[in-house]
Order: sequence, then C-alpha cells, then structure tokens
Amino acid sequence: MTDTFSKTTDVPQETEARLERIRTGLAKRHAREKRFRLYGVLAIAAALAFVAILFAMILSKGLPAFQQASLSLPVTFSEELIEVDPKPVREAGQSAADFQAASLRWQRDVTLINWNRVLENAVRTIAPDVEIETRDLQSIIDNGERFKLRDAFVADPSILGRAIQMDVLASADVDNWLKGNINRDLPDAQQQLSADARALADRLYEEGHIRMAFAWHIFTNTDSRSAPASAGLAGAFMGSLYMMLVVIVLAVPIGVASAIYLEEFAPKNRLTDLIEVNINNLAAVPSIVFGLLGAAVFINYFRLPLSAPIVGGLVLTLMTLPTIIIATRSALRAVPPSLRQAALGLGASKTQTVFHHVLPVTYPGILTATIIGVAQALGETAPLLLIGMNAFVAAVPGSPFEQSTALPVQIFLWQGNENRNFFEARTSAAIIVLLALMISLNAIAIFLRSRLERRR
Amino acid sequence: MTHNQETDTAAMNMSTSQFIEDQVTGSSRQLNEMKTRVTARDVNVFYGAKQALFDVSVNVPDKSVIAFIGPSGCGKSTFLRCLNRMNDTIEGCRVEGEIRLDGQDVYDPKIDVVELRARVGMVFQKPNPFPKSIFENVAYGPKIHGLASNKTDLEEIVVTSLKKASLFEEVKDRLHEPGTGLSGGQQQRLCIARAIAVSPEVILMDEPCSALDPIATAKIEELIDELRANFTIAIVTHSMQQAARVSQRTAFFHLGVLVEEGPTEQIFTAPSDKRTQDYVTGRFG
Ligand SMILES: Nc1ncnc2c1ncn2[C@@H]1O[C@H](COP(=O)(O)OP(=O)(O)O)[C@@H](O)[C@H]1O
Ligand SMILES: [Mg+2]
Repeated sequence: MTDTFSKTTDVPQETEARLERIRTGLAKRHAREKRFRLYGVLAIAAALAFVAILFAMILSKGLPAFQQASLSLPVTFSEELIEVDPKPVREAGQSAADFQAASLRWQRDVTLINWNRVLENAVRTIAPDVEIETRDLQSIIDNGERFKLRDAFVADPSILGRAIQMDVLASADVDNWLKGNINRDLPDAQQQLSADARALADRLYEEGHIRMAFAWHIFTNTDSRSAPASAGLAGAFMGSLYMMLVVIVLAVPIGVASAIYLEEFAPKNRLTDLIEVNINNLAAVPSIVFGLLGAAVFINYFRLPLSAPIVGGLVLTLMTLPTIIIATRSALRAVPPSLRQAALGLGASKTQTVFHHVLPVTYPGILTATIIGVAQALGETAPLLLIGMNAFVAAVPGSPFEQSTALPVQIFLWQGNENRNFFEARTSAAIIVLLALMISLNAIAIFLRSRLERRR
Repeated sequence: MTHNQETDTAAMNMSTSQFIEDQVTGSSRQLNEMKTRVTARDVNVFYGAKQALFDVSVNVPDKSVIAFIGPSGCGKSTFLRCLNRMNDTIEGCRVEGEIRLDGQDVYDPKIDVVELRARVGMVFQKPNPFPKSIFENVAYGPKIHGLASNKTDLEEIVVTSLKKASLFEEVKDRLHEPGTGLSGGQQQRLCIARAIAVSPEVILMDEPCSALDPIATAKIEELIDELRANFTIAIVTHSMQQAARVSQRTAFFHLGVLVEEGPTEQIFTAPSDKRTQDYVTGRFG
C-alpha cells in the first residue's frame, strides 16, 4: 500500500500529460478565486468604512449636544419683586370649583411676576462689577428658564425671601459661543450676542458659574422655538412610541394572519394570484404615496385628528403590512413539507397542522420580519409630513389621538431650524437617539430569535 | 361482490401454498383464514392530466404485511397515499375508483379524513419526527384525537407505543429531549411509535428504510415482523430482499399498472407474468 503512494515518479506517461493539463488550468482557477475573494474583502471594507464615517460624523457632531452650558445661580426670591397673595388654601365651606378657580387665579398672578428680573438680579449678584444692559444680560439665559423659578415658587411658596442655588440653562447663543461653534473673530454685526454679553459669558465660564452639564432635558422636554436651548425630544419620542404601538398591534396580527391564510388555506386560483402580485407591488410603493392615501382616507373620510400618532400609525401599518406578509409567507414556505406530512398523516386537521407544527418553527422568521418592518416604519418620515405630523407641538402627547410629532420628523424640523449652528448638533443628537432606539430594537430581535431557536 | 373476491383470493392462496409448500411459513398459512381489511377496485389516479395509476385492484389482508414493489416512478407511493387520502393534500391530484376500509368507502364525501388517518397511519421515507421532545412526538396523536383521559393514561400510551416500536430501552432516560437528536434509525422507530400511539388498524410505510444503514434497517424489519401481530401493514420498498423478508404478500407495479399480486413466495419463485419475472430476476429496475 505505502509503496504505491511513495512511487509518484512512476506515474504512467499519459496520466502525467493529463495531470499537466489540469495543473496549467489550476493556476488560473486559483488566481480567479483569489481575485474574487479580494473583491469581496474590498467591498466589505468599503461598506465598513462608509458606516464608520457615518457614525463618526454623527457622533462627533451629536455628542457635544448632550453637554450644554448651564448657569448655577443663587436665586433670591425677594419680596419686592414677588408681590402676590399667599397661595390659597381650601377654606371650610368653600366648594371645590371655587377653590380651583382661586388656585388658577393665583397661579396666573405668579406667572405674571417679572421672573426675568429675578434672574437678572441673581446674575448681578455673582458678577456685581459688570456694567451691562438688561437686554444683553437676559440674552445669556435661556428664555424658558424663568418658568423654572415660577414652578419652584408654586411648588413651595415658603421660599419667598430666601436665596436658593439653582441651575438654569444658558441660552443657545451662549452655548454656541462657549463651544466655539461661532468664529470669535467675526465683527459685532455678525455675532448673535452683543460684546457685553459675550464678555459676561466668558467671565462666568472662567469663574465656574457656567458649566457644561449633561443635558437631561433633551429627553424630558418637548420641542421649543422661543427657548431653543431647552428644546427636547420627549414629544417626538412619545409620538414615535405610540405609532410603533399602533403598528405592532395592527400590522403584526393582520400581516401574519393574511400570510397564513394565503400560504396555507387559500385555494390557488386567479384571484389569489392577483392578490399575491398586488402585495408584492405594494411593498415597492413609495412611502409618500401611503401618506397621501392616509390623508385622503383617515383624515378626510374618517375624520381622524390631524397630526395624531393614530393616523401616523395607521399609515405606517399599511406600509409595513406587505413587508410582514411577504416575509412570513417565505418563512412558511421554507418549512419542510415532511413536517406537514407528519402531522397530516397522524390525523391532525389542517388548522392543527399549521398552528401546532408549522407556525412554531417559523416564529424566529416572523419575529425578524416584524422587527425589520417596525424599525423601517420607525424611521419613516415622508408619509408623516402629509398627515400633518410636522406641526410644531410643544406638549407630550397623552394618547395616540393627541397631536404629536415623531423622531424622524423632529430631526427633519430641527435640520431646517433657522438657528443653524445650535440645531446642527441637536439634529445629530436626535439621530443618535433614533439610532440607539433602532439598535436596541434589533438587539431585542436577535436576543428573542436566538432564544426561540435554542428552544427548538 | 366483496364476498366473491374474498373467496377467489382464498382459493388462489390455497393453490400457491401447495406449490411452494416447503417455503410456506406458519404465518402465511394462517393468512388463508384471514379477512380482508382494505380493498381497492379499479383505482385510477391522475396528477393533472397525467395518469399515474391504471385500474389498480388489490386486497390487503388483515394482520399481515403486503409489500408493493416495482421500478421507481411506477406509482407505488401514489397508491399507498390513496389508502389514507394523503393524495388530497397534493394539488391537482384526482383519485377515481373504490377503496374500502372494513367495507367503508374511504372516498365517501361523508368520511372525515381526520378520522380515516387515525385509522390508517403512515410512516414516511425520510424520518420526520416533530422538532419536539420524544415524549411529545408520541403523545401528539393521542392528544389531538382525545385518546387519553388523563396524564397517566397518556404516559402509559407513550411508554407502550415506544416499547412496541422497540425504542423504549434506548430512550427511557431522555424522553424529554428532542426527537430530532436521535439517530436516523431511532428517528424512524420514533415515527413508527408515533403512528402506533393512535392505535390505527392499518399502517402504511413508504420505503421506511431507504434512508437508513443496514443495521437500522434490520431493526426496522424485525419490528415490522412483530407489529404484524396487531396491525395490518402495507409497505413500499425498492428492495426485493426486504419484500421477501418482511411481507406475506407482494404486489408488483409497473408503469402505473398492478401487474401481479400474490403470496410473496410465489411472486419471487414462480411469477406468472413475464414482467414480474424480469424484475425479480434483476433484468430491469
Ligand atoms: N405530486 C406529484 N405531482 C405530479 N406527478 C406526480 C406527483 N407524485 C408522483 N407523480 C408522478 O406519478 C408517478 C408515480 O409516482 P410515485 O407514486 O411517486 O412512484 P414510486 O413511488 O413508485 O416511485 C410518477 O410518474 C411521478 O412522476
Ligand atoms: Mg415513492
């Protein structure tokens, strides 16, 4: 045995010739394979590079937005400025309605207090020697922060006459100035802040009264035009969440049920062929068309509220259905026929076969399809513009029927904001939030999928 | 008519058993007194416009094994699937003629296929256990047909079925592990256990050993021989040796036609048709 193997030199003449021919071709074949692999590696490298560039750009632009200039001020709730009646307490014999009216009246009075003045005084106490006009001084503080003082006072009127250390947001212009988003050498006419305000901001920053703090309000506040520094994503986030809920509640059961019916029960005839072709075509319809359809059907005909997540969710459901149906059908089709035969041969009915055996093995596929569909819907912007979800809404929606916007639409709106150099970073920050949401959705999908597959 | 047919077959059996007396086993002698379980009369099967079976008539005697042999594509599986109406699940398949199980017309519109398949079980060519535990595989049939009144009942059915399929000793410690983790031969015996768990009268087997190695095949063949005591078995095989080993009667199909049917010994030693002769002597196939 070993003999014949070692005697390779004894190969007959014609075998040698044949091997020679194979060998010449072999070199070419190997070269081709190497080249093809190289192309593959290059393609992957290019794709990875683009993804890396994209992430690097978004992160480098967006991450600074999560740190925002914030002033730490000793706010004095002085009696001279805060002239209101004591907070009403419910007296014996007073009706609930009367008490509520009195409370509201008091709160309105509190709101009308000149809180800006209180803030101004606070700034002047930490920089007593600075000579600056009131308007310039107030331009370094975000416009909405006075309501923080009001809310603190409403919550606890006993702070009257006392000084309290409070954190308030610096204005968007100060944030820009301190972060160097604005060329410091530009002449006054092209600066957003006056020279005095810029000097004050620099001084307070050096003295540590202004710090860069984590901008929690991006997650807790809604959009704001008058107070851009305090603009947040809470409203858009809730809007997107409601829409996702609507999509999951409607698209998943309807899509999976249609797929099961079409694949397992429907007779194969002209009508079902037609339906199949139409579903495939629907998956390719531009999403903006679904927006038009939604505006015409849900808003004009069914009179559902404009700008509401329920309408957005319905439109996105229409858009997601074909994806889910097609993916579920292909998952069902991939189930080996032997499994169906096994169940049918035992006397299981068609329904039992599908629900006991076929469907369970397709769960991972259906789950993946669902998450991909929902993630796609989550990132959709165009159809939402057509149903009014690009409206400016300064409140967190309490239900899917209230006006709201959505994360991608918020990105779109901020991208177009006139306060460009502040909102550029904000836009990227919103993109980061959206991407984080998508990545966590996908992570959930992968986790559930691997668990379901392990169970099999 | 059915009665006539039975006496005819009986008469034929008599003559053949005399002809090859030295090879006749006790079991096939018993056959003569046995009644017919399944009768097929003039069965024609079409796949769309294409006819796959032509006027097939055959009797399957009770508590015995009948083997269907023939070159591939001759319609053995097609005929087998007629007996439990698995052909119903094939798009465009049409069955004509008459098939009776215990005198009851299987293709009667009033017959419920679910009930029929509880009476006529099937084992397939490739082992196809459910992707569930061994226990659940066997328990599934009794569960959907409501055969077990409680949990202990069900466990009892599972254990006896596994024992009858001579699998219990090998799997008793891992009943709750997936059935797909067994070897091919064990999987096929699991499928047999699953089929007999619903106590069918007839078990159809479509080339049950073609995906198995010789040792696993021998085990299944041994098992089939044991099962014959309680079940009527129709087996499709492409191995003539297997047909000779396990069956009492053999039917030879060729191009959709049932050429010859008779006691196995006769088909292999003294076939009356030239085509059968050629096939069993290996001249084509
Ligand atoms: N599902 C089917 N659709 C169409 N033709 C089929 C189908 N199954 C079997 N046939 C045809 O019917 C004939 C018999 O097939 P089959 O019963 O599978 O043969 P065997 O089991 O003897 O090999 C073959 O010609 C085959 O092509
Ligand atoms: Mg076959």
